[in-house]
Amino acid sequence: MKSAVVVFPGINRERDMARTLKLVSGKEPAMLWHADTEIPTGTDLIVIPGGFSYGDYLRCGAIAARSPIMVAVTDFAAKGGLVLGVCNGFQILCESGLLPGVLMRNQNLKFICRDVYLKVERSDTPFTRSYNAGQVIRVPVAHGEGNYIADGETIAKLEGEGRVLFRYSSPDGIFDPNWNHNGALNGIAGILNGKGNVLGMMPHPENHVETVIGNTEGRGLFSGLVDHLKAA
Amino acid sequence: MNPNETKITPKLVAEHGLKPDEYQRILDLIGREPTMTELGIFSAMWNEHCSYKSSRVHLKGLPTSAPWVIQGPGENAGVIDIGDGLAAVFKMESHNHPSYIEPYQGATTGVGGILRDVFTMGARPIACLNALSFGDPSHPKTRHLVSGVVAGVGGYGNSFGVPTVGGEVRFHTRYDGNNLVNAMAVGLAEADKIFYAAASGVGMPIVYLGSKTGRDGIHGASMASAEFGEGAEEKRPTVQVGDPFSEKLLLEACLEIMAKDCVIAIQDMGAAGLTSSATEMGAKGNLGVTLDLDKVPCREEGMSAYEMMLSESQERMLMVLKPEKEKEAEAIFRKWGLDFAVVGETTASTRFIVKHRGEVMADLPIKELGTEAPVYNRPFTETPKLPVIKATDVKAPMGIVAALEHLIGTPDLASKRWVWEQYDHIIGGNTFQRPGGDAAVVRVLDGPKGLAMTSDVTPRYCEADPFEGGKQAVAEAWRNLTAVGARPLAITDNLNFGNPEKPEIMGQFVGCVRGIGEACKALDFPVVSGNVSLYNETQGRGILPTPTIGGVGLLDDFTKSATLAFKAEGETILLIGGAPGWLGQSLYLRDVCGREEGAPPPVDLAAERKHGDFVRGLITGGQATAVHDLSDGGLLVALAEMAMASGIGAELEAAADPVPHAFWFGEDQARYVVTVKAADAAAMLEKAAKAGVPAQRLGRTAGHALILGSERPILISTLVSRFEGWLPGYMAGSAA
Repeated sequence: MKSAVVVFPGINRERDMARTLKLVSGKEPAMLWHADTEIPTGTDLIVIPGGFSYGDYLRCGAIAARSPIMVAVTDFAAKGGLVLGVCNGFQILCESGLLPGVLMRNQNLKFICRDVYLKVERSDTPFTRSYNAGQVIRVPVAHGEGNYIADGETIAKLEGEGRVLFRYSSPDGIFDPNWNHNGALNGIAGILNGKGNVLGMMPHPENHVETVIGNTEGRGLFSGLVDHLKAA
Repeated sequence: MNPNETKITPKLVAEHGLKPDEYQRILDLIGREPTMTELGIFSAMWNEHCSYKSSRVHLKGLPTSAPWVIQGPGENAGVIDIGDGLAAVFKMESHNHPSYIEPYQGATTGVGGILRDVFTMGARPIACLNALSFGDPSHPKTRHLVSGVVAGVGGYGNSFGVPTVGGEVRFHTRYDGNNLVNAMAVGLAEADKIFYAAASGVGMPIVYLGSKTGRDGIHGASMASAEFGEGAEEKRPTVQVGDPFSEKLLLEACLEIMAKDCVIAIQDMGAAGLTSSATEMGAKGNLGVTLDLDKVPCREEGMSAYEMMLSESQERMLMVLKPEKEKEAEAIFRKWGLDFAVVGETTASTRFIVKHRGEVMADLPIKELGTEAPVYNRPFTETPKLPVIKATDVKAPMGIVAALEHLIGTPDLASKRWVWEQYDHIIGGNTFQRPGGDAAVVRVLDGPKGLAMTSDVTPRYCEADPFEGGKQAVAEAWRNLTAVGARPLAITDNLNFGNPEKPEIMGQFVGCVRGIGEACKALDFPVVSGNVSLYNETQGRGILPTPTIGGVGLLDDFTKSATLAFKAEGETILLIGGAPGWLGQSLYLRDVCGREEGAPPPVDLAAERKHGDFVRGLITGGQATAVHDLSDGGLLVALAEMAMASGIGAELEAAADPVPHAFWFGEDQARYVVTVKAADAAAMLEKAAKAGVPAQRLGRTAGHALILGSERPILISTLVSRFEGWLPGYMAGSAA
């Protein structure tokens, strides 16, 4: 798997993401700078990692969405390339129009860092093929603005088309407001675009990939991508 | 009017926080009346915060060396060797006064300042800790301060991208008008690539890097060197504004130009900004410095030399670059969108010359600015010893079970999850032990080494007996590192006290520093960096003496570190270190009996070391399955914490002690609870006996409740709901 990680000024989980990609795929990802205009030939996966691009002093992700590299990322996605946006990356994908909806301040207006439970809704996507549909995974979140919202029509479409890939849930996989830490509509934690090649999610699977650090339930997302690309 | 012509009046001198005799010292030193800019420079360099004038004579007694110490106090941060060619770089610093006036920005800039101290040395920050002391929960401002400070600490560290992995939060009425924010940062560097402040070479370009200079923070360091009176809020303009985004860029740019070998010397602009950084680089290198302020990137129009020299705008650095690398360094800074300007040069004269708009605004002897700062050996009175309270003289107002249920939900013992969940504590992917344990454990690079870190102090002990309290703060940090299995290596000390001009406050300071020194010596645990914050008083009332100790230890294999959670049912619970039952200054006495009285527990440093080495041996030997140090709240609180962390309960033998509440809640030092497999228990007790370490069997892990002999069982779920409930409830508006 040949991957690339996009770095905007203020992004801060690029090292975590690059380490995980290397760990799981065996290959160092290319690091792309916000001012770059081209994606290296042969790239299979572009990852936009977490952080505070441009300080997130404006709406989260709004400035990054308008930087030169995003033209190339949009083009890459239009041609069917795989794109993963995590946390700030999810916000940037929403701001750039690659995904619908928006991430608002967490319901309690506070930054929250903790492990949460995600129900994996489908396993027939490149991002979730290592998991079983309905499986619950524990991964961490670390964000102040992860409260997903979109208009009723969009939500109906996302749900109807099975594009909600991850949903905050109880450890038993039940949707429950007490386990929906940021108040996201329908507990939406991660969504796909219409073509199924762009995923945006708030939690950080890249931080739960190593047995020695304690938890590995995020690893499946990356190993699934590796398998998918091998099979392709 | 030319600012150089401003007449220096006694009123102006006083407004700059300089005493008449200090002003006379200036006149004697330079042989003429200073210019307005010079007066500002002296006030910035000679205030308590920058000059350590009241504390310096006492700090000299602290042990600062060991074979593994690469750099002790005097640089931006301390540096210790952790093997494999790597060094840990760390320091703790206070941002108390600003955080009271403007809690969010005060806290953010505290975090920003300490991070800058660490990466200025060439280290990438890998963890932060925060020790916070707030006023009584019932004080009307406390909620506002907790909310603002915690949001500020998180707001900066989360955006900058460093995990905040530990710290402490306490409440006491003596912090009502003067909360404490002590921020610690730990970084990782290559041991042979540490960067220092000393300039070298004449005619070298001095480069200004980072954010632009504004009018924020002017006289911040002077404000931090005075007591608060009425209307402290009026000082809000002296609080700087933090910009973690710029700091993240500054970090990456600095590390990049350091890796490219462009840097001769580097100093961050913290307290007293351009003044302090430029003079330090010159003075340490035996060189003069000439600055041309026309070249300084400014955020605002028409700034005077005086304002530029005293601005404490954040996220700025001063460097001496290798001349041949200037273009390369500039390109790196431009790439990161940061300002880069040559603002001066080093000279052979040892003068500090500041030019602005073609005029010399200051011309001062650079070394004497630092070395000739006043030093005070202030009069002090030793704190009178308090009587030892006999356990038999303390009547229990309630049963053991009720007391535990009460204590676990009190402000000081209740869970601080509400705080640390607002901090990103996992970024970096190396946090092995998250907040809530005895010490945080962070993997070093890809392992197997790990660094353990903690921050500790028990201010009520320090108030009751500064010497024992100082010892205890160091001993507890050492014990917390030991309890996760780490070898304690060194500390940073952040000494927060009241007004040193009062002999009784100075007595607290002197006593605590002596105690710290004694413990550091006995435990081979030197001080490598630190910060002194005095004048923590509001309307004449001082804070509790709070010498916060930040400790760092090393694990050869982080995966072997011990945690406090019980691991399985049926294991044997051992108490290491005995149970003499000291109730003086205990939380039981204060929060159950309503008495803040007596002498604090004495610290036997030889026992501390012996017991700790024994416990560490059990961890590295793989026999200890769970370990917790005993501190606030004593034995039963520690057991409850171990149960809550695991969901596994314990069956405990009833105390044979004639005073059961002293057995369960006494705060004797040098103690740990350790669990071992039942089959190992006898051998472990024998091993302890051979080592001369008091050890006894307390019971076994079992079920979902704590059961003490014939007492009513305490369900873990009940404890958890009290433990986790207090702080969120309080912040949501429940009565304190």
